[in-house]
Amino acid sequence: MIEEHSIIIRIQGDIITVPAKGVSYGELATVKSKFGVSLAQVIRLQGDEVSLQVFAGSRGVATNDEVRFLNHPMQVPFGDALLGRIFNGSGDPIDNGPNLTALPRINIGGPSVNPIKRIIPRGFVETRIPMIDVFNPLVESQKLPIFAAAGEPYNELLARVGVRIDADIVILGGIGLKYDEYLKFRNAFEEAGVLSRTIMFINTASDPTVERLLVPDMVLAVAEQFGIQGKKVIVLLSDMTAFADAIKEIAISMDQVPSNLGYPGSLYSDLASRYEKAVDFEGAGSITLLAVTTMPGDDVTHPVPDNTGYITEGQFYLKTGVIEPFGSLSRLKQLVIGKVTREDHGYIMNSMIRLFAESREVEQKLSMGFEKTEADDKYLKYAELFYDRFMDLNVDLGINDALDLGWKTMAECFGPEDVGIKQEFIDKYWPK
Amino acid sequence: MSDVKKGRVVGVSGPMVTCEVESAVMRNEVAYIICDGVPLKSEVIRIRGQQIDMQVFENTSGLRIGDKVEFSRELLSATLGPGILGNIYDGLQNPLAELENDEGFFLRRGQYLDALDGEKKWDFTPTIEKGAKVRAGHYLGKVPESIFEHHITVPFRLQGTYEVINIEPAGAYTVNDTIAVLTGDDGKEIPVTMSQEWPVKMPLRVYEKKLLPVNQIMTQCRLIDIFYPLAEGGTACIPGPFGAGKTVLQQIISRYAEVDIVIIVACGERAGEVVETIREFPELEDPKTGKPLMERTIIICNTSSMPVAAREASVYTGMALGEYFRQLGLKALVLADSTSRWAQALRELSARMEEIPGEEAFPAYLESQIATIYERAGVVELYDGSSGSVTLMGTVSPAGGNFEEPVTQNTLKVVGAFYGLSQTRSDQRRYPAIDPLISWSLYLDQTKDSLNEYSEGWVDLVKEAHALMLRGSDIHQMMLVVGEEGVSTDDLITYLKAEMIDAVCLQQDAFDSVECATSKERQLSDFHLLMGMVQHQFTFETKEETRKEMAHLQNLFFQLKYCPFKGEEYMRYRIEIESILGKEQA
Ligand SMILES: Nc1ncnc2c1ncn2[C@@H]1O[C@H](COP(=O)(O)OP(=O)(O)O)[C@@H](O)[C@H]1O
Ligand SMILES: [Mg+2]
Repeated sequence: MIEEHSIIIRIQGDIITVPAKGVSYGELATVKSKFGVSLAQVIRLQGDEVSLQVFAGSRGVATNDEVRFLNHPMQVPFGDALLGRIFNGSGDPIDNGPNLTALPRINIGGPSVNPIKRIIPRGFVETRIPMIDVFNPLVESQKLPIFAAAGEPYNELLARVGVRIDADIVILGGIGLKYDEYLKFRNAFEEAGVLSRTIMFINTASDPTVERLLVPDMVLAVAEQFGIQGKKVIVLLSDMTAFADAIKEIAISMDQVPSNLGYPGSLYSDLASRYEKAVDFEGAGSITLLAVTTMPGDDVTHPVPDNTGYITEGQFYLKTGVIEPFGSLSRLKQLVIGKVTREDHGYIMNSMIRLFAESREVEQKLSMGFEKTEADDKYLKYAELFYDRFMDLNVDLGINDALDLGWKTMAECFGPEDVGIKQEFIDKYWPK
Repeated sequence: MSDVKKGRVVGVSGPMVTCEVESAVMRNEVAYIICDGVPLKSEVIRIRGQQIDMQVFENTSGLRIGDKVEFSRELLSATLGPGILGNIYDGLQNPLAELENDEGFFLRRGQYLDALDGEKKWDFTPTIEKGAKVRAGHYLGKVPESIFEHHITVPFRLQGTYEVINIEPAGAYTVNDTIAVLTGDDGKEIPVTMSQEWPVKMPLRVYEKKLLPVNQIMTQCRLIDIFYPLAEGGTACIPGPFGAGKTVLQQIISRYAEVDIVIIVACGERAGEVVETIREFPELEDPKTGKPLMERTIIICNTSSMPVAAREASVYTGMALGEYFRQLGLKALVLADSTSRWAQALRELSARMEEIPGEEAFPAYLESQIATIYERAGVVELYDGSSGSVTLMGTVSPAGGNFEEPVTQNTLKVVGAFYGLSQTRSDQRRYPAIDPLISWSLYLDQTKDSLNEYSEGWVDLVKEAHALMLRGSDIHQMMLVVGEEGVSTDDLITYLKAEMIDAVCLQQDAFDSVECATSKERQLSDFHLLMGMVQHQFTFETKEETRKEMAHLQNLFFQLKYCPFKGEEYMRYRIEIESILGKEQA
């Protein structure tokens, strides 16, 4: 029962409205214009009028163009044949590989996992980046964005962490990704030898904006299927701010009252329904979700990073090329620290950060021209060592070596009484 | 069923559906929209002539113009009775464990199950005689559940006086068996079972009177119990930017608070956080009763990717359950995380209805809605003279961490305690990151008499410590401007004393087996020891010496707090501290 309609009565932004009957909410349609065929999705039913968002944009759409309703929601092909393949933002292959029409198709944007079917994640993921492993360890099935201003090497960090994880399948979703960046991801996957178990859905910066809405849903629908088959999946999304901006555009075209800087009040729920797809399935696989959230104006209180921070299980705050210890957080760290990792891990983490915070205060004080005390020297030395041994992103160190180096660094600068650690651990680990 | 009121869908926009109906409709009435044979539960939120706007508690995709709508003539209600405890419900009180899942994992819409197990037999004992005159809320009998007697009440919806014309003898009954029959003035017989329905958005007020909260509820979190106590029947809010520790604080309180019932409302936040509770509570022992913690807990779980309208309902469902246990003479604690998500659900629906937006696009009625929820908390005297309480603690997630936003501000107007979390403190890993410079509790004075009963002069001692904290902060600010050399040794001592209170009393590691909870007895004992340090007149010659000696003392206190109370090591550190303080004095 495929219906065609040929009178578009309204075009506002990338939303078109047609008179139609029997159409279902959320259903997909195609819009055929002089410039090609685009997918569109029903986003409002009102009496006999149906409004659709046109994924390729409404530019060049004419009032007498043909709209065909497809009677099903947005779908994506699924199967092992997806491995190694590259798709565009509407799910069509762009790598000249064989076509996938024979594969079954699955709906995207499905319902959430019943919370009681989740299990407590316990898998420590070693990245060999001390700022992550020691201070904010990553845990299998975690959802975690990298917060960064434009110009920071966030995609490099994303790719580096992504390939370090020992996953069965890596799925990259490019959302408004610069073409060069896409190529860099490809190279990183190739170098790490994971290309054959990688799937990419790429909407580049020059591709239609509305299509950006589809990328996370396609990526996550595919990830979910592999996950319930028992696969350990890692999803990389860059950049979720571009996704949020696409939501904003649609909301404005729909005349929705914005709640904050033009973003609709539903932004939180819109982001959450994607991020919450990260999961450790009881008795099956898992989805770990790492994303990039660029911060307009380097402002963490901007609605996109702000809403994201409330949803994700922490964030890595990338600033001037290093992961900032303040503002960065792994909320799942306590599930692995001292349980999967060494018993002294938690104490090292807390004390080293506290000392580093104090070092920053000392630096600040001295920058204001105050007299330097003997104690200050210890802190300055500590700050320098901390930077070189831990913060520098080039450091490549396993977790236990990093913990040993932590004790050593503290002992080089302070006495055991200064560090606020339980006596039994001091006795056991303090370098003699 | 010809008398079912029917309507048809004329518009769909996200979770809001408009339908047309010809007969009478009630505001907040529950209706079911039939989508390809699947009923989608919804609630009437606006009536304009024949156009009825409804919020749908499910995903609306697949709905078509013309789909049928069936109205129930009921308001959105909770089911109350034995067997609620230990359950994990969604926002509409569906037991999550009983739901069928697509592909084994995914929530399938359109399933509405009984909240209570209809098969389970309960050991009923009547506590009233035939012929007795009763009214709503009076007890008819009881069944043992978990560690307490679960009273069976005259249905709350009944108005006026009734006579008990039959009461079943002691025996095993299900929640659907009739255990009593009542008649009212009109002579109509009303069968009563052990379960009943109550509309979640209506405050339950079948008690003698509401009382002033004057007793403390122990949370075993020192910063709260000592500095900003929470009162039984009181209200508190925990606003804070993301990552500041709102959820961890509530999790800790859900474990260690000294109450009878804990209701956790996971409202629009991460599913993963509830999973920890779901998976761990059955294994954890309630130290007070020796039973699994789950047996005193109810989880209402409507996490962020579950339907938005059901999120709005979840807070009301939680409060209705809390009020029910209050009717039974118990102390219930409702923990809502986060009330901002509930407010955002209101905002989302309001935007769909194209209402005139207020500040930050929240609807104008936000303030009254927040007040209505917090006002449902309270300690009450029941008809039999006993008392029960609902204490409510909600987190607030302000946009950008800025407390000058509508949800935080409107909440502050109605709560009795404010635990403001600060980014700076959490960055410094000073957990719980409740900022002592901005937080307050009206209950410190309100519960004064009962606090001083534990320990004479307690409240004054707390105020002394608090004043010292403020002084310490002033001196710290001064030191940032004039440097350490610019302040006197006495000021430096004051500052270090304040830091010591912070480090060894305010800061409490939620993940350490000893530190996670501090009993009343230990709080009294350790705080007195600490105040002994505060009141001690130290006489140091130089600032170097001051720093060194104070660091030594602080380390002793620090080691002490990690030692099990009154254990061998604890006593050793304690004696060492006492001897330093004593020797100095001599
Ligand atoms: N009392 C505490 N003790 C130790 N760590 C804490 C404490 N409170 C918070 N944290 C740390 O901060 C992280 C974020 O806390 P959380 O309660 O989830 O923040 P919020 O709910 O405010 O976003 C936790 O994962 C934990 O690592
Ligand atoms: Mg939280």
